[in-house]
Formats: sequence, structure tokens, C-alpha cells
Amino acid sequence: MFDQFDALLLARFQFAFTVSFHFIFPSFSIGLASYLAVLEGLWLWTGREVYLNLFKYWLKIFALAFAMGVVSGIVMSYQFGTNWSVFSDKAGPVIGPLMAYEVMTAFFLEAGFLGIMLFGMGRVGRKLHIAATLAVAIGTFISAFWILSANSWMQTPVGYGINEAGQFVPQDWWAIVFNPSFPYRLVHTVLAAYLTTALVVGGVGAWHLLRERTNKGARVMFSMAMGMVAVVAPLQIFAGDMHGLNTLEHQPAKVMAMEGHFQSHPDGAPLILFGIPDQEAGVVRNAIEIPKASSLILKHDLNAPLAGLDTIERANWPYVPIVFWSFRIMVGLGFAMLALGALSLWARLRGRLHDWRLLHRLALVMGPSGFVAVIAGWVTTEVGRQPFTVYGLLRTAASASPLEAPAVAASLLTFIVVYFIVFGAGTGYILKLMSKPPHRGETGPEAGPDHPIRAAGITPAPAVDPDRTLGAEA
Amino acid sequence: MMPVLDLPTLWAFVIAFAVFAYVVMDGFDLGIGILFPFFAPGPERDSAMNSVAPVWDGNETWLVLGGGGLMAAFPLAYAIILPALYAPIIAMVLALIFRGVAFEFRWRDAGHRRYWDFAFTTGSVVATLAQGITLGALLQGIAVEGRSYAGGWWDWLTPFSLLVGMSLVVGYALLGATWLVMKTEGTVQDHSFRLAGRLAIGLIVCIGLVSAATPFLSSAYYQRWFAWPQVLFTAQVPLLVGLCSGTLVVSLLRRWEYWPFLLTLGLFGLCLLGLGVSMFPYVVPSAVTIHEAAAPDISLRFMLVGASVLIPIILVYTGYSYWVFRGKTGHEGYH
Repeated sequence: MFDQFDALLLARFQFAFTVSFHFIFPSFSIGLASYLAVLEGLWLWTGREVYLNLFKYWLKIFALAFAMGVVSGIVMSYQFGTNWSVFSDKAGPVIGPLMAYEVMTAFFLEAGFLGIMLFGMGRVGRKLHIAATLAVAIGTFISAFWILSANSWMQTPVGYGINEAGQFVPQDWWAIVFNPSFPYRLVHTVLAAYLTTALVVGGVGAWHLLRERTNKGARVMFSMAMGMVAVVAPLQIFAGDMHGLNTLEHQPAKVMAMEGHFQSHPDGAPLILFGIPDQEAGVVRNAIEIPKASSLILKHDLNAPLAGLDTIERANWPYVPIVFWSFRIMVGLGFAMLALGALSLWARLRGRLHDWRLLHRLALVMGPSGFVAVIAGWVTTEVGRQPFTVYGLLRTAASASPLEAPAVAASLLTFIVVYFIVFGAGTGYILKLMSKPPHRGETGPEAGPDHPIRAAGITPAPAVDPDRTLGAEA
Repeated sequence: MMPVLDLPTLWAFVIAFAVFAYVVMDGFDLGIGILFPFFAPGPERDSAMNSVAPVWDGNETWLVLGGGGLMAAFPLAYAIILPALYAPIIAMVLALIFRGVAFEFRWRDAGHRRYWDFAFTTGSVVATLAQGITLGALLQGIAVEGRSYAGGWWDWLTPFSLLVGMSLVVGYALLGATWLVMKTEGTVQDHSFRLAGRLAIGLIVCIGLVSAATPFLSSAYYQRWFAWPQVLFTAQVPLLVGLCSGTLVVSLLRRWEYWPFLLTLGLFGLCLLGLGVSMFPYVVPSAVTIHEAAAPDISLRFMLVGASVLIPIILVYTGYSYWVFRGKTGHEGYH
């Protein structure tokens, strides 16, 4: 009952499942690492204890999120080989070195300094400690740089030749690394990570403000987070628009799917707000649309002609309903974030930031929205690239490993069970930490009421002068 | 054919180095996971865990470099080996998930600490077993047709691959025990000495069995090891293994603190050397050589520029991180 098609579909589902789960953690830890560096910097600069407490409060959460990011990432680095071996053979010479650079410049940097960042307070001096925090923060960014370069090359491949074995052979590394969609994707994704983190921090701050309006830590984190949302949300919408125009230039079929444009519009295309795309029939049913608005957005001209999927061979269509909906979820949440940022600015100007309960409730509800938007955006761009792995050149159906369907089915099932248990528990622990209000004398990951042993020391610390260390302040 | 030091050969050494670095570093922390049930819940387990908590993440990164490096430098080998070893590789990454999160989770949930300790051990055992099975299955040969794997999804499971898997469990456990000898004191250290003694005997037996079986897996291996006159050269490997084993036993009997760990690493190094003797210049034994599997020179050169600068830097700051957390765990003020 299993044939090749099933094995392919299962492998695709497995990749989508594992990468979506994985993406949640870095999209949080990229922003959180930077936030921690800012908190530690502010503490060193101002000497205010509230920043140190917030640093330690979020450091415990970071430790959990980072560990889950690492282990779910190891899965990804092997899955290319286990499930997408033909892709690995053919695209390995281009993609492989980019990922090797990610490991060498980012993963080691993060991992090498994470231990000091998490457990090194009390073992190294203040300057060295903030250097470790910065190294981890910079490492998360470098990691995003390389992996998004690799992903972008799959979307907009340039700078390659093809050898007799059918492998992509690099010709111009500069062109490959800085391929046409990369700068846009990098900015859009990193901003998304910052926004996601700001929304989480804001949501946690709002939760504690709703319960205890005077909590100093909650007030500071809420204020910082809302400031970040107010600044980044509009920037992100602008960056997203630029990214969309870049996609229109290089991957028109993806934009057609996002817009739901099955048909070409020679004199101004409508903006379809909602509707039910029917892939078989090639129409969007029950569409609610604004005439000519899509041409205005994409071409800055009401009457500009826009081609539809009818200009593209059906075998090369992405699956429109998924792309259409995931795009709307992302954009809708983006505008909700913009509204939250604007409301918070208004509240700030009126001096009501810390006692306007409606704003706090709204921020609480929006707390997880960044994750949803990130996943929706990822689905838009990845499903929109289909039916190719390397856009226009290597079909997904021709990329998979020669595996039997039961093998893939078994692994997929195991991944689902394990991920829900492990990451479910991990998310539970993170929520437990978040549910406690930040307080004076906050402890870091190395100590706490649950585990006094760890505080007793991973190593002897007599070599370190206690007056010079961070731990002495707390 | 004389081996020439060209780009594919250089990269074979870089990847061999990453694999060895992985074994050196993650070997002992997986070993501590394997030995966890032998330590009493409470301070014993906590100090065993503390001795690796700040460094495990960096240790595991070498595995990512090994896998990622294989894809980048030898994409064809990566594309053949990983589907061939589908089940053990998937088992390994899943096991690494359990043990990796256990480092953090056990501190966050005292009520379920037993479960996360169990996950830590099971994850460590399964990951190690899977790595050993992978190596065994690779050594015994993989069916290749054209540019892809041509066997079934249970081909990896043989008595030989299981033997290598078991041997690696014993080997990592010994690395873990000797690490704890070095990093702890008191009851944990006494306990570790006793375990290390038994494991050392076990590992020596295992190395003997695997070494005896390997030349008979294929005539190529037999030729490689016993043909005249290179036997004069290859025979040095088992001689050194013997020497290393003897010294290891002595060091444990005399309760030296640093030598047992270093000598165990020496044994691992020699096994890797022996593996190199058996396999070179093949990356998929008797099917694909490193030159056939290698990525184009332009890919290898691009990475080599980075690797030659970055890997030394990585080693320096990794060393620094170990230095920060140096000394015995769980007992303040000890030098």
C-alpha cells in the first residue's frame, strides 16, 4: 500500500514538522540573547539592581530555550542526509560549505561561551562575563546569517555551474552567499526574531503587571518590550514589503500564490483580502477583494498588469491554499503588532503605560503571536518555493532519499511523540519560570531553591577575587 | 598508490580530527550518562552532572561539524551513508535530544527528576550504541548503486555492528569513569575508580574482538593489515594498543588521577588510527573513495580557508572554557 509518493510525502511532512519546531527556539533565542546583553550592559552602566535581576530572570529561561534549540538543530543537520540524500549530493558542494561556516563561526562561539554566560557569574570578572554574553548574542546572529544565506540560495540560486554528475558546482562564492533574496530574508527574519522576543517579554511583563502593578522588574521589562515593539513592528512591515517585491522579481509564482492570483490581470490586479482558493479549479471562491489594490502594492500603479498562475505550467505551481492562508496569518498578526506598538506609545505619552489594564491584557494575548507569525512566514516562503528544493532547478520529488515508506513513517511518528513529550515539558518549564514574578536577589541558572547543590560550585573558585565578580553583587 | 596531500585528503584529515575531537569531548559526557544509574541520587549524581553541564553543548558541536563537514566536503558519501544508516542515525539524534534537555530539565522539576535522570541515561546509552552501530555498519560495507544507497533499511543490523556498538558503550563509559576520577573526589571518585577498573578490562576485550573480526570482514582489510612488508608498519598499532592498555591498568591500580583518562583517550586515538588504516582511501569501504566523494576543489578550498583559521581559534576558546571550570567539582577550595 506504500509507494514512492507516500515516502516522499512523509519525508516532506517530517522535515516540515522538525524544522517548524526547531525554528521556534532560535527565533526566540536570537532576540533573547541580545536582550540579555542589553540588560547586562545596562546593569554595568547604571549599576541599577533591577537590570541584574531581570538579566538573571531571563537567563534561566534562555538556558532552557537554548538547550531545546541545540538538540532540535542537531536533528536538522543530519536530516538532510537521512531523508534528502539526492539533494545533499547535488547541492552539497554549495549548501554544505555555508553550513560548515555556520558551525565554525556560530555554533562553536555560542557553545563555547554559553557555559560561562550561564554558570560563570562568580568565576570570571564582569567584563569577561559580558564579553561571553555578547559572544553568545553575536553567535546567534552569525548563525542566522549563514543558514539564511543557504536557504536563500535555494530560493534564488546564482553563482553556480552544473557538472556531469548533476551536482551544483560553485563558481562565485560572493554571489552565492549574497544571493538576490538573502539581504531581504536576513533583515526580515532577524527583525522577526527581535519582534517575537519583544512580544514574549512584553507578555510576561503584562502578566505580572496585571497581578502586581508595582513590581519594578515587570514595569521595566514591559516598558522596554513595548518600546521595542513600537519601533520594530513598523520597520518589519516595511522590510516585509521590500522582501515581497524582491520575491515578485525572482519567484513570481510564490507571490501569485500569496495573492491568490490564479488569473492574469492585464489592467490592474485586485487585492484579495479573503477567499477560498481552489487549486483544482484554479480560482479563489467567495473572494472579498479591493479592485486594483494588489497592483498598487506590488507595482505602485493602479493599472499595472500583473501575471497570474495561468502563465505558469501547472506542474510548477506551489500549493496555493497553504501559501495564501499562511501569508494572511503572518500579515494579519503583523498589523496587530503594529497596533499594539502604537497603543503602547499612546499610553506612554499619557503616562498610563503601567496602569492601563486593557493594554496589559492585549500585550498578554499577543505574547505568543510572534511565534505564530514566524512559522506562518516560514511556511509561506518554503511552501511557496515548491515544487522545487533548489528553485527552478531541482524538484522536491527528485531530491529525496531512496527510503521505504514504512521507515519514514516510523521515524516521523517517533519524532512527533518525542517532540511533544520533550518540547512540551520544556515549554511547560519555561511557562513555570515565567509565571513567577521577577524579584530582588533573583538567582541565575546556577542556583535556586530547587537545586542548592549546583550553587555549591561546579569548580573551586578561590582563584577568583569575589569583589570582582558578578555573583558578589547579587 | 602513494597518498598525496591534496584537498580531499586534507579534508579527510579535518573530518577525522572533528570525529576524534567529538569522541574526546562528548565521549566522557555520554559516558557519565551511561554510568549515571551506578551513582546514588543526590550529591553523587549532581556532582557528576555538574562536571559536564557547562561544556556538553560545545562537545556536541563537534558532532555537528562532523556531519556538516561530511556533507560539505564529501556530499556523495553523506548522501550514501546516512540513508543506509537511517534507523541508527534517527535513533541517535532522538537520544541526543533526551539527554541534552535532561541537563536543564532535571534542575527545573524536582518532582520528575528521576524521569529526566532516566532520560539522561537512556539517551546516552542509545546515542552511543547508535554511533557504534553506525561505525560497525560502515566498516562491514554498504550496498551502493550509482550515486545512492541500494540496500534495505535493516542492513545495518548484524552481529558485527552490534559488537562495535557495545564496545563503544564500554569505551565511552570508561572515558566517563576516568573523567570522574579526575574531576571528583571522595565517594564519587572511589566509586569511579572501581567502575573504571572493570570497564578497562571490558574495553580491552572489546578492542581485541573488534580488531580480530575486522580483517575478516573483507579481503581488502586483511591485505591492508597483513600484507608484507607494510605489516611492519601496521603491526605498530596493535603493539601500541597493548602498551597503552597495560599502562592504563597500572594507572588505575595505583590510583593515579589524570593518567587513566589520558590513556583511555590514547586507546581511542589508536583505534581511530586503526580505522584509518582499514578504510583509507575509501570513505564508503570498497565502494566510494574520498576522491570520488569529494566536493569540487572550489568548495573544499573555500572551507579550508575558514577551517584553518577558525578551528585553532575554536580550540583556544574551548580550552579557555574548560579552564574556567577547571578543578574538582562539588567541593570548594580544593586545588
